[in-house]
Amino acid sequence: MSDHNPTDDDGHHHQHDHSHLGEMDARVKALESLLVEKGYVDPAALDEIVEIYQSRIGPQNGAHVVAKAWTDADFHTWLMDDATAAIHSLGYTSRQGEHMVAVENTDSVHHMVVCTLCSCYPWSVLGLPPTWYKSPPYRSKAVIDPRGVLADFGEALPDDVAVEVHDSTAETRYLVIPQRPTGTDDWSEEKLARLVTRNAMIGTQRTLKMDASA
Amino acid sequence: MNGGQDLGGMQGFGPVTEEPNEPKFHADWESRAMAMVVALGALGQWNIDQSRHARESLNPADYLTFPYYQIWVEGVQALMLKRHLIQPEELTSGNQVAPPPSGLPAALPKDKVWDALHALGGAADRPAQTQPSFAVGDTIKTIADHPTGHTRLPRYARAKTGTISKVLGHHVFPDSAGNDLGDDPKWLYQVCFTANELWGNSANPRDNVTLDLWEPHCVKT
Repeated sequence: MSDHNPTDDDGHHHQHDHSHLGEMDARVKALESLLVEKGYVDPAALDEIVEIYQSRIGPQNGAHVVAKAWTDADFHTWLMDDATAAIHSLGYTSRQGEHMVAVENTDSVHHMVVCTLCSCYPWSVLGLPPTWYKSPPYRSKAVIDPRGVLADFGEALPDDVAVEVHDSTAETRYLVIPQRPTGTDDWSEEKLARLVTRNAMIGTQRTLKMDASA
Repeated sequence: MNGGQDLGGMQGFGPVTEEPNEPKFHADWESRAMAMVVALGALGQWNIDQSRHARESLNPADYLTFPYYQIWVEGVQALMLKRHLIQPEELTSGNQVAPPPSGLPAALPKDKVWDALHALGGAADRPAQTQPSFAVGDTIKTIADHPTGHTRLPRYARAKTGTISKVLGHHVFPDSAGNDLGDDPKWLYQVCFTANELWGNSANPRDNVTLDLWEPHCVKT
């Protein structure tokens, strides 16, 4: 197939001109003001929701889960057996994490998570999804050509490593547990957590970079 | 419905491109839209499946080209109109012309936001009076229907043979709840399909795709 790329040099979608985006600004402002007048939303609550997802709920939660699974054998067993309870035990009970399943990469299997039908994503452990996760190129390609997706992210997966893609069609939310890098045996949970990236927990990155925590 | 949302297996969109150091939001309207959708959800006037159905009911050409949070705005606006929470002329004028319907809960206040987000209110499991019909390892075939309403069985996995890989619980059935027909909970399974079954001989024979499907999507083979 032809790889027509609807993006510019920044890798940024520009399907909409700026006048259109200005129109959305005006439209959403008018909608908010109407909903405030009608008593349906409190603008201070909206500020709080934005602030929570800007800074308080994000991939640092998932990285904590992964690093704990790497360093605590009992937690690892619990996570693989009942990820919902294990993750909730760390306080990560926020919405879009009510039913969790952890899937673990090995030398012979690589996991990747997608939602082909909308944008289901484990908000409780990863925060809000990046634009690419919600966009047609990823949602269409992950199920039919996951190896091509990995290549788009600069990962060459050997043919003899199986790919298991999880399409999030229910309220189950999947968290990928990447492989712990070798040479980290004496690392603390906190130091290990700094190696774990959002993309590794979605499954579009397989190899964690050791210098990420430098 | 076979709408613009059902993207699995479509081709021609080009490579997946990641924006370096992508901000959480690209404009103020995106963050306000996200927060309004979350806050309006707390009013309890629709469920998540109705919310998804409102978004996927957009014209496919619009669905494929609107910024993602605009899809959310269109969806939540359609739901508010349908529930008579807002009137079409209010959207035009920006001002209230009709009072809110009676019996609505108060707007979610700032000091309840954190607790509301952590209340596990979105849990979809429901008590079961039945036993699951399938066990891990069973072979099933998915149904071939093309419903015009909401379904969570995407086109690419219809009339395909797979293996039950997990019994996930007894969950709200979106194909009912999203179509205003009530929760009608059903057993939910993770079903594993080989890439060859879904995509033919060109797929890597080691690869699999799992979907989470409800009992009515599956027929014993």
